[in-house]
Amino acid sequence: MIQPCRLSLLICLGAMILALVLAGVSCSPFALATIQENSLGKDAQSLQAFRAVASVLTSPRCLNCHTSTDGPLQGDDNHPHAMNVKRGLDGKGSAALRCRACHQTENAKFLHGPPGAADWQLPPPNTPMAWKGLTIGEICRAVKDPAKNGNRSLPDLIPHMETSLVRWAWNPGPGRTVPPLSHEEFVSRLKEWIETGAACPE
Amino acid sequence: METTRFKVNDKPVELQIDPQTPLLWVLREQLGLTGTKFGCGMALCGACTVHVDGTAVRSCVTPVKAVAGRQVRTIEGLSTDRSHPIQRAWLQVQVPQCGYCQPGQMMSAAALLSVNSNPSDSDIDDAMAGNLCRCGTYARIRKAIHMAAEMARSEK
Repeated sequence: MIQPCRLSLLICLGAMILALVLAGVSCSPFALATIQENSLGKDAQSLQAFRAVASVLTSPRCLNCHTSTDGPLQGDDNHPHAMNVKRGLDGKGSAALRCRACHQTENAKFLHGPPGAADWQLPPPNTPMAWKGLTIGEICRAVKDPAKNGNRSLPDLIPHMETSLVRWAWNPGPGRTVPPLSHEEFVSRLKEWIETGAACPE
Repeated sequence: METTRFKVNDKPVELQIDPQTPLLWVLREQLGLTGTKFGCGMALCGACTVHVDGTAVRSCVTPVKAVAGRQVRTIEGLSTDRSHPIQRAWLQVQVPQCGYCQPGQMMSAAALLSVNSNPSDSDIDDAMAGNLCRCGTYARIRKAIHMAAEMARSEK
């Protein structure tokens, strides 16, 4: 009875040693590190992509309308819009002082003249998409949440970023700064963020 | 130069003009409708307010190409016989002092009443905040708008 047990034990030990040797060949410390890096790296890549996206979303050109205030903001210092301009029921101004009263489909050509683009407006009051005052993580979660982003899926965010109103941020007319990334890079990083899992910072 | 067609106070207009010409210039220089005033030229004061398809706009920053095919209404076209409630109330309250800003004030007020038959003080503030009056006739403007609204409601 003792000899067969020893034999079995030896076979088991041998199998274990063989398995460890084989594992050592295929899962070297370098290979293990690569696997870990890939799984963590995708998340890190997504976070990095969103931070780039957020650098645009938090620029004055975006924040001045993506505000929780009752009306738009103005300028690179985000001061309240002159003339007590209000968001209105549809985001396009109050009943008799519509955004279109002053904002045309293109920028006024003179310094401090009204900027313009097609569909000039704020987000509507029921989904104000307000980012001003939020952390980058909070903005990220708001951007992903259909209840807060105008009922958009993640892929739906891309067409919004291609609208003439959003593109205006890169052609804001004299006296206004542009976002820190080019529009092309901004959309590219947004797509990268979505494709890598749309991770959000804490 | 381009051919631009639109209506002003219900009359068809056809002009050979640079499409970027401000509507205010067209109204005053080409069409002789000098009731609409030049104030700041930058959409900051409201003196040049007219209606385009019923919506108040600042004609000093509106290129004429933007009104192609549309209806423009100026202070001259608010009514042909001073019968618009805004005109009657303005006279009754004697709103103007120097009067320069008043065509713009009246066009904004008329735009407000076209969408809100019983505006509150707050509604009036929101609608009229873009129309400046250096004489300070704001209190009379507010009173006249309330009066005009009441006139319009009682005549329905």
